[in-house]
Amino acid sequence: MIRHLISAADLSRDDAVRILDTAEELAQVADRPIRKLPTLRGRTVVNLFYEDSTRTRISFEAAAKRLSADVINFSAKGSSVAKGESLKDTALTLEAMGADAVVIRHGASGAPYRLASWVRGSVVNAGDGTHEHPTQALLDAFTMRRRLGRLEGLRVTIVGDVLHSRVARSNVLLLDTLGAEVTLVAPPTLLPLAVGSWPCEVSYDLDGELPKSDVVMMLRVQAERMNAAYFPTVREYSRRYGLDASRMALLPDQAIVMHPGPMNRGVEIAAEVADSVRSTIVEQVANGVSIRMAVLYLLLGGAESGTERAEAAR
Amino acid sequence: MHALQSGGSPESGPAPGVTHGRSATLPGGKVVLGSEEIRRALTRVAHEILERTDGGGDVLLLGIPTRGVPLAHRLAAGLAQVEGRPVLVGSLDITMYRDDLRLRPARSLGHTDVPSSGVDGKIVVLVDDVLYSGRTVRAALDALGDLGRPRAVQLAVLVDRGHRELPIRADYVGKNLPTSQREVVQVLLSEIDGADAVVLGKAAGADAAGPAQAGAGQ
Repeated sequence: MIRHLISAADLSRDDAVRILDTAEELAQVADRPIRKLPTLRGRTVVNLFYEDSTRTRISFEAAAKRLSADVINFSAKGSSVAKGESLKDTALTLEAMGADAVVIRHGASGAPYRLASWVRGSVVNAGDGTHEHPTQALLDAFTMRRRLGRLEGLRVTIVGDVLHSRVARSNVLLLDTLGAEVTLVAPPTLLPLAVGSWPCEVSYDLDGELPKSDVVMMLRVQAERMNAAYFPTVREYSRRYGLDASRMALLPDQAIVMHPGPMNRGVEIAAEVADSVRSTIVEQVANGVSIRMAVLYLLLGGAESGTERAEAAR
Repeated sequence: MHALQSGGSPESGPAPGVTHGRSATLPGGKVVLGSEEIRRALTRVAHEILERTDGGGDVLLLGIPTRGVPLAHRLAAGLAQVEGRPVLVGSLDITMYRDDLRLRPARSLGHTDVPSSGVDGKIVVLVDDVLYSGRTVRAALDALGDLGRPRAVQLAVLVDRGHRELPIRADYVGKNLPTSQREVVQVLLSEIDGADAVVLGKAAGADAAGPAQAGAGQ
């Protein structure tokens, strides 16, 4: 197993499947009278959040606590960061406090990568700028596998603001590793320049893609990152790239609708679609805790990498 | 769960038909129980369980992965055959409760499958293949405590090889097998390994330091 989880591309197929299988077992813990395992007792997980986040931070916190780890939450607001402390100095402070893992969300792409060279513990990327969000991709893959029974050969259509989406990039990389076929659908202005080098197809025609999709994943229109006019009006975007009930009717019978949240109801996804039986949006949140438990267990649960021995038994 | 070796030496195949399946056989291994003896031992244990639990009414058999699980199912079939009604059976993975997790890279988890009626009020019989240090059973007791409150917990093992490191004993033993700590006991079951046998062999060189390492899975 790898030591840090910074990019979905760091995961081999075996690693990724192992995380999904582990999450499958750990999902049972949520149904037990005692929703806690003693595995990470005495280990410390720091949630280092430089950007606002509700579900990801709470999800990591719940995951770490279910494994009995001690959790320290650090948000940039109201901390020394507001006084101008650098990421490196913050990292060294965490190091001195004995953090075994640092879960970091940062507005700058690449911040987790830098952090990994400064701290001894494991670094888990919880979203860096417009770069990656690997645990989101893992929980999406986990949700697909649970609903549809497989990932190999699954046709996944990812729709919307790919340019600003770390979720899209991580999903493309991970789903490719796991054997799914990904198609991105977006206005040309909301696709990254280098999209031609990604392991996926690109289309501008949502209605043409929906009938052959097993999964359609709607991305949030990230108004806070839009510093230019990427599309004329929200209404026009919604009409061409939003998922409403009549578009949903084009999907095959078994197909599911996903959204990483938070949703802009009425923009990229209509309320009746978000609340339909095809929607996995609430499941994705529950699955997120299981996936993050699996990641924390596999990164922290065993021997530290220096003392690794061959795994003889299984 | 055992200190297996890959690629057992060819001249020491312990028994005909035991060499296929997932596990490699131990070099110089000696078959101490064949499939008939395993069958008889499990039949006797099944009867003992019925005797000691007044007919097995509240019994829940929980196998500890990997090889405790098929053993639990075989015992359940034995109990059901004698009493003429089905017996609850499941599996209990203990990986997250082990005391040696930090000694090795993170382990893959086994499957926990507890019948929907739960463990509360049941007589839970834990089933494992080999009883050695007792650490697996300690972990299983902790895992069980997080699932509920059984009326009683008992332990059934196919082989008790001695060398306990904790104050734990088995209620039902298929075979008491005196061993030295340098030896390795390997249980092969047809569901996993293609054939039934219990093999006693020499541990591989320096790795045979003791129960905490070589027999961690027992």
